[in-house]
Order: sequence, then C-alpha cells, then structure tokens
Amino acid sequence: MFEFLSDLFGSQIIAAFISAALPLVFIVPFVIFAVWLERKVSAHMQDRLGPMRVGWHGWLQTIADFFKLLQKEDIVASDTDKKFFNVAPYIVFAGTYLVFAALPFSSAYIGTSLDIGLFYIIAVSGLVVIGILMAGWASNNKYSLYGAMRSAAQIVSYEIPTAIVILSIVMFTGTLSLSEISDNQTAYFWNWYIFGGPDWGLTKFLVLPFMIIGFLILYISTLAEVNRTPFDMPEAESELVAGYHTEYSGIKFSMFFLAEYGNMFAVSAIVSVIFFGGYQSPIGYLGDALAANWLIPFEQLFWFAAKGIFFVFVQMWLRWTLPRVRVDQLMTLCWKYLIPYSIVNLIIIGIITLI
Amino acid sequence: MALKTQELVLNMGPQHPSTHGVLRLELELEGEVVTKVIPHLGYLHRCFEKHTEAMTYPQVIPYTDRMDYLASMYNNFGYVVAVERLLGIEVPERVEYIRVIMGELQRIASHLVALGTYGLDIGAFTPFLYLFRDREHILNLFEITCGARLLYNYMWIGGLSHDIPSDFVRLTKEFISYFKPTITELNELLSYNKIFIERTANVGILPADTAISYGITGPNLRASGVQWDVRKDDTYSIYNRFDFEIPVGKGWFGTLGDCWDRYYVRVLEMEESLKILEQAIDQIPEGDVQSAIPKRIKPPVGTIYTRVENPRGELGYFIISDGSVNPFRIKVRAPSFVNLSVLNELCKGHLVADVVAILGSIDIVLGEIDR
Repeated sequence: MFEFLSDLFGSQIIAAFISAALPLVFIVPFVIFAVWLERKVSAHMQDRLGPMRVGWHGWLQTIADFFKLLQKEDIVASDTDKKFFNVAPYIVFAGTYLVFAALPFSSAYIGTSLDIGLFYIIAVSGLVVIGILMAGWASNNKYSLYGAMRSAAQIVSYEIPTAIVILSIVMFTGTLSLSEISDNQTAYFWNWYIFGGPDWGLTKFLVLPFMIIGFLILYISTLAEVNRTPFDMPEAESELVAGYHTEYSGIKFSMFFLAEYGNMFAVSAIVSVIFFGGYQSPIGYLGDALAANWLIPFEQLFWFAAKGIFFVFVQMWLRWTLPRVRVDQLMTLCWKYLIPYSIVNLIIIGIITLI
Repeated sequence: MALKTQELVLNMGPQHPSTHGVLRLELELEGEVVTKVIPHLGYLHRCFEKHTEAMTYPQVIPYTDRMDYLASMYNNFGYVVAVERLLGIEVPERVEYIRVIMGELQRIASHLVALGTYGLDIGAFTPFLYLFRDREHILNLFEITCGARLLYNYMWIGGLSHDIPSDFVRLTKEFISYFKPTITELNELLSYNKIFIERTANVGILPADTAISYGITGPNLRASGVQWDVRKDDTYSIYNRFDFEIPVGKGWFGTLGDCWDRYYVRVLEMEESLKILEQAIDQIPEGDVQSAIPKRIKPPVGTIYTRVENPRGELGYFIISDGSVNPFRIKVRAPSFVNLSVLNELCKGHLVADVVAILGSIDIVLGEIDR
C-alpha cells in the first residue's frame, strides 16, 4: 500500500501521512457503528428498543452523541497533574492505533506488513497500560487511582496467557507475520487454524482439540485485556464509579471511548487472524468465480470486518449476560488456571508440531 | 528500610452509583482490604417524625409513604394498624383482604427492586431490567386501584381510599400466573450463575447471634437461619388465615448467612407472597371499604407500639396520644436503619468490591433510614 501511494504521489512523505491516517478511516466509522450496536444489542437483550429517535432505528444516535461530546466543556479539575492528565487519553488511543497499523485488512491492504507482526502487536498494546496509569495517577482521585492500578495489574497479567497462546501458534506455523498466517489459511474454512490448519494429515486431527483450547484461552484473556465484562474491573461502575476515566469529560473522554471500542475490534481481529483465517473467505471467493481478480481484496475486507464484528458481538453478548468477577478472582483465574493451561497447551502443540 | 505504609480513607458516596441513595460510607482501607466502615447518614433527613406532631392522624399517612418509598403500601399498613389498635376499631373483612393483597404485591415489588439492584451491584445489568419489567405489572395494578404508582396514600385509618376496580381480581390472577415462571427465569439468569455465586457466597457472613444482638430483622435475619416473621410470630390483620412458609437461609452455596443466602431468601419470599396472594384473591368478601372510617379521629390518651413485617424487616410504629387530634409523638422503628448498623461488622476484612455486594444484600432504602 505504501509503495503504491508513494508511486502515486511521487513523495514518500505524503504517502507516509496518508498511510498513517488510513486506519482512522476504519476506526471512526467502526466505533460509531459499534457503540450503536452495543446499545441495540443490550436493548434487545433487555426487552427494550434502545435508541429509536435519531435516524432509522437510531443509527445516527452515536454521531449525535459524538458531536455533543465535542461541544462539551473540557473540564480539568484544579488539583490534577495537568501535563499527564492531558496527554493520557491520547497515549491510550495511540496504543490502540498502533495495533491497527499491523492488522492485515486484506491481501492488498496492510498498514505495515511486518515480519514480526504478532510480536509488534503484543508490544504496542502494552502502551495502553502506561496511558491508563497516567490517567489514573494524574486525575488525583482515589477511584481513578484504584481503577488504574487494577487495570495495570489486569492487563499485564493477562498478556501472559495471550502471549503463550500466540507463541504456540507461532510454533505451529513457523511465522510471526500476520499476513503470512492469514495466507496460510486460504480457501475454505477447514483450513483455519482452529480446525488444525491447512495441512491434511494426522497432525491436523491431533492438534485440533488443543487449538480449540488455545482459542478459548486467548479469547478469555483478550476480553480481560480490553476490560470488558466479566473482567471490567478497572471501570466497574458499581464500585469505582468509572475507574481511571472518572475525571475526564468531553473530547478526552471520547478518546478513551474510541480507544476502548477500537481495542475491542483489534483483539477480535487478532483472534480471527490467528484462528479463523483473518481476511480469508470461509466459502471461496466470488472474484474467483467471476474471474474478476479486483473483487477479491474487497471481499477479503468484508470477511475481515465481518469476523471482527462477530467477535465484538460476542463480547457484547457476554457483557450483557454475565455479572462481574471480583478483582482477586480475576487474578486467580489468570495465574492459577489460564497460565498453567496455556503452558501445557503450548507444550502439547509443540510436541505435535515436532512429530 | 521498611516502606512507610498508611491507611487510605475512601469516601464512598453520597454521590456513588451503588450506595442505594445518598449514603456516605467512610471506608478505611489497607490496600483493597477494608478495615473499618463508618456510614454517615442524614443527607435525606426530612424531619418526618417531628412534622407529624403538627398533623392530624390521617394527615400522617402520606408522610409514611415517603419513608420507604419502595414499600409505601406497607408503611401505610403499619401505621393504620397502629392507629386502629389505639382507637380500638375493627375494620371490615373486605378491607383486611385488600390490605393483605396490596401488602404482598408490594412485598414482591420491593423484592424485585432489591434483587435487581443487587444484580446491578454485582455487575449484571440485564436481570435488573427484567425485574423492573415485572415490577411494572404490579405498579399498573396499584395505578388502576388508587391512581398512584409510587406513593399511594391508599390505606386509611379504618378503611381504604378507594375500592378495588372490577377487573382487579382478574388482572391480579393474570399477574400471578405470569410471574411464577419469571422467578425460574431469574434463577437461571442470575441466582445460579457461577460468577454470581462466586461473588456472593461466603461473603459478608452474618451469624445468627450477631444478627439478633444487632436487632437485624426481615430477610436478613431469616437468611441467618432464624425463623422469625412478624406475620406469623406476632400476627396482625388476617395473616393467621393463610398458609405460607417462612423461608430461612440454609447456607446453600457457602456459609449460613452469607450474601447469597440473603439474596435467595428474598427470591423464596416472593414465592411465599404469591401463595398468600393466590389464597386471598379468591376469598375477597363483598362489602364497603369506607364504612368503618371514623368521622373524627381522636384517640384516647395512651401509647401504642405496633410492628408489621415490611419487606425489609420489622417496621414498628410507636405512637403517644395526648387525647387531641394531633399525635403527641410518633417514633418509627425503621428496619433499614437498624439493618445498616451491622455493616461494619460484615465488611471487616473484605475487599472494596465486597462492600458493594454486602451493602446491596442488606437492601437498604435511604428514605427510611434518614426519614
């Protein structure tokens, strides 16, 4: 993509700027859609209608809310650490945004096709913790501080099972590159890694159950990493009011909001890339059938978004069904169950790979 | 070198999503572990008891509505029973039946709010709205009867403000048959949820002797295994005619008297209330609901203390009459107020998240605590 743009404009700087801004074209509409979807999903699960007034079934509601937030007074309480307070939301958002740089949206568009894409994603998503801690500390509010501390502990802990599961996949596939992993799972859905990968043979059937276990561990840990119910400790509204973003309002608050929903999609996309073929179609391409090759990248974009949104929907589904676990139970789950299981899973997948 | 550690004081409330009103809790914390809880009251104090001294006896009834605003019917009930005993008047059968029906409907409505908001405290949002949907049916029944949905002023001394409308019996029966399966739904959705049990079982254990020494009443006491219910043990109105059980806590998923027990006793009580409703709705006799209302209410000199089983516990009215049309003094024994006093005992050594779970499980209404 970058090469294409630099050829088009004849300047690498312009191409770099455009490439850097491209994920926004996806994130902002996605967040607007996801917030609306969340409200609709929750409403229909709870026997009500949700937003109905602005636009057809309220689809303009989020846009209206967004403009409302833009116009709001940007309150900075007097005793906050102003510098950190102002910077924190953008750092949190940056952490999310950087992940999008390495996501393979389709075979034609990937921000940066890094050879160490998975490693890069694990690394930059850690940036979110710094932003959250900064926000919590700078707010000079006990609830914010508690929220931030919980969040930091939670995200750091849950990165371990995530990383271990990803490691087992890396071992199995022999690559860290997200686009290569996606390419491996081409053609039909039985080639996905959750079903044991594209190679037909004994390995595929041996590894299948452990892939499913790996997927479950990864999905649970990513839920915790993006602070969604049942692991929404940091912003547990019944205890901590709103956690680390209690003191924020207006555009800075919406930055946190953007980051949260962006993150939801990012982790869903990672799950779908690793286990569900990423941008690959489960049922073959229309472009192949019609002999129209230009159609394929668009189809891939559709499948990528569809899989991502499906997992986002599952996150919402869980949120509106389950209560919230307690902070110590959260840690117990991570350290006593997920990490040992994922290590055992890693060893087994390793042995199978060797065979 | 040892690190310097310090206790952290966290103010929870008066504006906090899960203090169930304008309650301020001063939490002393060591890390996330609570060492002491000091509740600060009075943000909603409206001098109810002092006001009543300037009112005539019937004028006090709307004030009782505004104490425990989730159980207004029952507050009326307790007050009118007290004044009727002071006056020594008998009320017609029909009135007694309607009062019991209203009281039990109110108990279900109140428990629905208690259970729903408890789910909300634990982080489950959806059951809350399901239960509010069911509560709506009860509020509609109240609305067609007396026109109000929250503060009814329905039970008058010696009678009722309105007779029940003609389709009330049919609608109540419909409600009973509609509501029974939704209790099962609630149990499947929330009560037996693994995370919910993890959060509430073995948390905030209230032993029976502590409960008794603090004067805890209502579902909170029964959850500790003490079979005490004013409806049965010091009966009033016509409760002795109905066949119902008093559910007590059994330590289903943990220790006797934990938060889950307190939660589940309320679920069982709704079922018992349905039993009473089913029996009462078929037996309502004909009659006039206003025939026994005295023209001039002027009780003889004397005192009376009457207690009734409000959804939250033992609601007592102590009335001193000096023989005039105004009460000399009315003192309310508010169950929420007494139940709240045990909070510090329950919260010690638990986490901040548990304070929310424990506070929700005692089910307080600030309107009644501050009066």
